Amino acid sequence: MFEKLDQIFVTLKHLVLGYVPEALQPLVSAVLSVTLILSVFPGIFAIVTIFERKGIGRIQNRYGPNRVGIPFTNIRLCGFGQFIPDGIKSLTKEDIVPRAADRVVHFLAPIVMLIPVLLAYAVLPFGRNMTVADFDAGLLFFFAVGGAVEISVFMAGWSSRNKYSLLGAMRAIAQMVSYEIPLILSAVTVVMIVGSLKLVDIVAAQNHYTFGIAHWYVFTPWGFVGCILFFIASLAESNRSPFDLPEAESEIIAGYFTEYSGFKFALFFLGEYLGMFAIIGLGITLFLGGWTSPVSFLTWIPSYVWFVTKMIAIVFVFIWIRATLPRLRMDQLMNLAWKLMLPLALINIVVAGIWHFMGPDWQRWLVCAAIIFGAYLVLGRGLMRHQKLGKRTYRYAE
Amino acid sequence: MLGEQIIKGMAVTARNFFGSYVSKERLTTVQYPEERLVPKENTRQFPFLVYDGDDAEKGLRCVACQICEKECPPQCIYIVKSKDKKPDYKGQPQLYPLTFDIDISVCMSCSICVEVCPFESIKMDTEFELSTDDRFAGLLLHKQDLAKPNSHYHQVHAQDAKDSDAVIAGEKAKAEAKARAAAEKARAEAEAKAKAAAAAAAPAPAAPPPPAA
Repeated sequence: MFEKLDQIFVTLKHLVLGYVPEALQPLVSAVLSVTLILSVFPGIFAIVTIFERKGIGRIQNRYGPNRVGIPFTNIRLCGFGQFIPDGIKSLTKEDIVPRAADRVVHFLAPIVMLIPVLLAYAVLPFGRNMTVADFDAGLLFFFAVGGAVEISVFMAGWSSRNKYSLLGAMRAIAQMVSYEIPLILSAVTVVMIVGSLKLVDIVAAQNHYTFGIAHWYVFTPWGFVGCILFFIASLAESNRSPFDLPEAESEIIAGYFTEYSGFKFALFFLGEYLGMFAIIGLGITLFLGGWTSPVSFLTWIPSYVWFVTKMIAIVFVFIWIRATLPRLRMDQLMNLAWKLMLPLALINIVVAGIWHFMGPDWQRWLVCAAIIFGAYLVLGRGLMRHQKLGKRTYRYAE
Repeated sequence: MLGEQIIKGMAVTARNFFGSYVSKERLTTVQYPEERLVPKENTRQFPFLVYDGDDAEKGLRCVACQICEKECPPQCIYIVKSKDKKPDYKGQPQLYPLTFDIDISVCMSCSICVEVCPFESIKMDTEFELSTDDRFAGLLLHKQDLAKPNSHYHQVHAQDAKDSDAVIAGEKAKAEAKARAAAEKARAEAEAKAKAAAAAAAPAPAAPPPPAA
């Protein structure tokens, strides 16, 4: 019965495809899968915006939104109906294009933002047998389309003809280019160990258990470091706090989408969150076992439930980080990427090699952990060397 | 070590997150329309007119002296005096306002009108939910909107209302004492006059006239 529940979407799809002539089957199959993704992930986006506002509110000892529920009733749903009026509002707002803007590029930028983000979902395994396009080079495809987001950011910033937009776009490019390197290098370790770029294979390699605990890569020294590096880099890639310099409200209004209004603004917002979900989904697939269960006695829970649960959990951690850390300065941002994360990711690749060639002995745990911990200590010292924390002194004001 | 302080900071935010669900005292915000904070003693919004007793027309303390109208810095008070007089709390015949309008879209809540009023009749109210869809007529308060009983004043500003009552009681006592003294004097005079008259007309059997007051 649980088997059936696990495969319910796959079975349903095959059922529908049975009624379609054979020539149309690939097309209908693709449309069905895309429809599911297009309905589920924006839905999660809508809920997550409320979770984010409520979570940050609670962390700051406020209530957060708790009014809007089902319209025309007194049911409030703890404010989880808020996204409906928000969506209606952004749909009905005036769409303003600056007179000096490059109208075509300005119009295209949010679309160019959204399409690669949605394409990235094609290769993610959401559950057992639930991958839209099971590429052999799925990981490569993911990073390739992810790189296209930078173009849309610069299109938006450049076409707006606004100094804040351009500043935001330039910051975004600098940040995304810098953080893409540790992002990809930390993912490379998994490819080295699994020996495949196919995401389904990567999940399958993590899907066995010792003493009831899954073989997720986050439970190995190199995987742990890789996972943390990956998620820090993905925070930066999705422009989330503390790496939200491209849209730093206090400095440059809204960064590259300052000149966008109405639904185009909402599209940027949507694109950003969908990008975040996609990159979290990849992180889960690489290090947190994808759709597999962490312990063997919970394997009866459907695989897609595990995937979404893990994704929401990581999103919560991201919200928690957002509520904790202040925004980095540009030089701090670059120092973190180039002086800490890049060397650590490179060392991590070596460690993954050592792990692979030392065989399944217990010594490899010790050696790998020691190398990583030593490297982290040394690099951390280097990063903190010029830090002088203490009481602030003023030169003129007293 | 690098990152230690980040962990500490995360612990602080996590404590706040869970703490806000556990203890209500952490939450500083108030769910406004359902819950509201008790206003501070010195809260003031816009002026109102105090009346004694139950009848707003009869008990209105205002005597239309127009001092507040003249002193009002933004000139938001408009008063029309009455032609006739009615007795005030001391029993003295006084004018009263036929029209007393305050435009609260102009009023700046300075409470100078309260300070200058010699009759304890205009005071500051704490009512702040005055939004209206008619920004001209809806924000022009007339006499019947402004007149509120003394009990309302006691409710919004208890201490000030007590002081104000004491002032009025003092005035009243002074007036009564004066009246009594005057009556006493009049009676004494009358008695003296009567005595003199009796002495003058001793054989007359007629009784002395009753005292005047």
